[in-house]
Amino acid sequence: MIGTGSIGRRLTFLLAGVAALLSVLSWWMVTGLAREAAERTQDNVLAASATAIAETLRSEQGEVRLELPYSAFAMLGAIGEDRVFYRVMAGDELLTGYADLPALSDPPPPGQVRFDTGTYSGETIRMASVSRLVLAGAQPLPVTVTMAQTGNGVSTISAELSRLAAVMAVAFFGVAVILSFFAARASLRPLNEIAAAVSRRGPSDLRPLKRDAPAELAPLMTSLNRLMERLGQSIRRSEDFIAEAAHRVRTPLAVVRTQAEIALRSVEDEAEKRRLRGIIRAVDESSRSAGQLLDHATVTYRADDLTRAPVDLATLVEQTSAALEPTAAMKDITLTRNTMPAQIMGDPVLLDNALRNVLDNAIKYSPEDTEVVLAITTEGREVRITVTDEGPGLGDGPVRALTERFRRGSNTGDIVGSGLGLTIVEDVLSAHGGRLELHTREGERGACITLVLPLS
Amino acid sequence: MYHAGLAIILTLWATMAHALTIEDHRLYPGTGDVTLRILSTADLEVFEPYLLAFQAEQPAVTIDYSVVSSAELHRAITDGASFDLALSSAMDLQFRLANDGFAQSYRSDDTQALPDWARWRDLVFAFTAEPAVVVLSTDRFEGLEIPTTRQELITLLRENAADFAGAVGTYDVRESGLGYLFATQESRSTDAFWRLSEVMGRLDPQLYCCSGQMIDDVTEGRLALAYNVLGSYAAERMARDSGGRVQILRMQDFANVMLRTAIIPKTATEREAAGALIDMLARLGLREDAGQWPLPPLNSAGPGEAPEYGPIRLGPALMVYLDPLNRRTFLTEWEDAMEQR
Amino acid sequence: MRYLLVEDNVELADAVVSRLVLDGHAVDHAACLADAEDCLASAKYDLILLDVMLPDGDGREFLARSRAHLETPVIVLTARSHVSDRVGALDQGADDYITKPFDFSELEARCRAVLRRRGGVARNDIALGQAVFDPLAGTLRHGSQTIDLRNREIRLLEVFARHQGQILSKSHLMDRMFSYDAEVTENAIEVYVGRLRRRIEGSGVRIETVRGLGYRMETSQP
Repeated sequence: MIGTGSIGRRLTFLLAGVAALLSVLSWWMVTGLAREAAERTQDNVLAASATAIAETLRSEQGEVRLELPYSAFAMLGAIGEDRVFYRVMAGDELLTGYADLPALSDPPPPGQVRFDTGTYSGETIRMASVSRLVLAGAQPLPVTVTMAQTGNGVSTISAELSRLAAVMAVAFFGVAVILSFFAARASLRPLNEIAAAVSRRGPSDLRPLKRDAPAELAPLMTSLNRLMERLGQSIRRSEDFIAEAAHRVRTPLAVVRTQAEIALRSVEDEAEKRRLRGIIRAVDESSRSAGQLLDHATVTYRADDLTRAPVDLATLVEQTSAALEPTAAMKDITLTRNTMPAQIMGDPVLLDNALRNVLDNAIKYSPEDTEVVLAITTEGREVRITVTDEGPGLGDGPVRALTERFRRGSNTGDIVGSGLGLTIVEDVLSAHGGRLELHTREGERGACITLVLPLS
Repeated sequence: MYHAGLAIILTLWATMAHALTIEDHRLYPGTGDVTLRILSTADLEVFEPYLLAFQAEQPAVTIDYSVVSSAELHRAITDGASFDLALSSAMDLQFRLANDGFAQSYRSDDTQALPDWARWRDLVFAFTAEPAVVVLSTDRFEGLEIPTTRQELITLLRENAADFAGAVGTYDVRESGLGYLFATQESRSTDAFWRLSEVMGRLDPQLYCCSGQMIDDVTEGRLALAYNVLGSYAAERMARDSGGRVQILRMQDFANVMLRTAIIPKTATEREAAGALIDMLARLGLREDAGQWPLPPLNSAGPGEAPEYGPIRLGPALMVYLDPLNRRTFLTEWEDAMEQR
Repeated sequence: MRYLLVEDNVELADAVVSRLVLDGHAVDHAACLADAEDCLASAKYDLILLDVMLPDGDGREFLARSRAHLETPVIVLTARSHVSDRVGALDQGADDYITKPFDFSELEARCRAVLRRRGGVARNDIALGQAVFDPLAGTLRHGSQTIDLRNREIRLLEVFARHQGQILSKSHLMDRMFSYDAEVTENAIEVYVGRLRRRIEGSGVRIETVRGLGYRMETSQP
């Protein structure tokens, strides 16, 4: 069956099929020609033999006389080991030879050779007959010399040639199959090169392909480039849309929050103050949820087609914690870094986001005036980033369930959070071949969250 | 006398069963039921070692061995007489039997090992190559120079006509199939044949049916030389006679080499046993060392001995002199040469 | 301190401006990039708060364009998510960024952190009687003595310093001190005030309790 999965295989099969057909055809033709040639050779030898005998015909004292020349028979042994029969007839009378050889349908005209095929002694024989007029007595008498031979030699010769032709046909076929394979590969090379060029690209590289392609592939290249252009436009549009949507949602939220905050200062009534604080908290919660939903979508999209660049985790921890330093300082939380250089391959944006989520959580749940420790350790082929805080820990619920979407720890109290944070972290880590480990610190307060990543 | 009614062979076979003229016969009883009936031209004293060797291999097989002339053998087979194996020194007649469909094919590793020229169509198998030689009496040749070619022999006979009158022997080619084969092949191969025949004809030649008698007569001094004797028989006789009264001479200008052949007749019933004997003969035919066997191996005709003349070819050309017309012509000429009294 | 706020949303801008003015800063507001360029050409600012999406262009592109000749630190205000925007903004030369909607306390903290990091800006010392308070450095100096303050203490002292002689209620202080994501009781204010009092003892700056109303800062006049 022709595989529909591969053009190369299909091309190879097609070419090989044609080669097989040609091989069989050539074998058949050579076999036929060989048989023809062998038969013609036998005919010629038979004719020569009969003629040689006919040439010895003469008339002596009114009687037809002849000799069978030695060479006339010797030459018949040349083709192969064939049985030989002969007959010489003077008119209707047998002069010598095998009387019961098949009769000729009609005697050959003088000076010409007639060939017949018949059966004698259980075998198919080929006969050549020559006639001569010999003056015996008063009038010329037609004397017919017939030489007959079985066809073993012819069969042997043609079978040998046929076998030779078969061997050559098979060899030709073999060579053709190999050449077909290479031909198919060569013709598909431009396609493979385009495929390789596309797959070598980074996930966000949507520049048009600029390379020479065979005429047949030009439409494919054009379509591909057009598709990439459309894809690029579409991605840009969605990014613009997300940005626009975020802007449209968050700017009013910011206005509301700011207004509420200002109002809070001029209002003296405690009940109203509480209401205003409630508004602010609601705004914070919805903006955080929106942010994490967008982050989660972005992470999922980027993790599907991961960019891999060398990332030094010490630098990453330094930058990320520096960005959160002001937030931590607000609660007089000290961020302690205990790092060492550790290089991995990965997407720095995603890794930053994961660490930021973990650190954000740690700061959020830590009490005032405490310490959050970031440490990097290596263990075999793995590197571990451990974030340890002095917060309430992870509660009594199942630790693994914390990373499930929209679930929050049982002891989060009224701290604002959407519950997507750890899900994002876990998604990022598993995209890098790593994992997330969560522990409540034994005997002490606080949680210990470890990001485990494979070293490069 | 050989008379082949070629045109009526099949008719003859169908209508009459000719009584065989058997020259010698011997039964070698075996332990089993199988009886291998052999028709052969080889004398018992020459062939018995082979039969005994075969029986040592296959003790179960009873061998029924009949010695006949080559013409009788040919006639018996064409008449449809029931034999399992036909061994003959007349390779032309053996060939003819095979060509005309009286032989059945046999194929084995041993027959395949035979050279191409020693078998024909898996029907005819040669197992000895035996040259034709001149045997001469050392007594009668005392003081005479030993000839090495036909020309020298002719000169010798001419110059010493008195010494050789009535003392030259050769085959009566009308009687002996082998003699006819040697004579026809020689006439074809060398023009000295007819001149020699004429010279011999003037010396009142003695004509024989068989090699054996000729060798006997040379040994006993009745003949000074015997021309065209089967070399193997002469050698075998020499081995028995230690008197040194005969000398074997191989002509340097040309020497016929005859192939002794075997066929399995169409009428054979013990095909397997016949095949086994052919296998043994083929193996012996290919042996490197001549050894103690009475008949020489095939390679005695090979390159070492007479490189220029191979054995007579097994092929359709053998049929030429069997044709009655050709035979009549040849015999007429031969008689003209040999009978000049 | 002189701030430039580049923000096209008028309501948000007004709110931010009034809040910053309340903290004792001078703030100019530009509604678009063109206005911002005019402002930058005519005055010198200590800090720029730059919105990303503006009617006449992208704030980040403006940043990338002007970074070469602009020495003023920039905090980008963005409505976008962390993942896609942060790196971009920092790469373009922003000093920090903050996502809308933002907590004023966090904005203040970030402004302070950026200003402290950049240094070289005009001192913004506040005289508290015989002592001098540097909210940026978080120090209170009197005579040869320098008191290092912790973050919360700096902020609490700053609130009192901006409202010298005024009575500030616990509730008011709470709103200025803490973000709204945690429920803080008025007891926490008492704890912090107590802590601050012990810190600044002997500097001539005192925080008096006004029973039933709140607290008031008193300074010994030079």
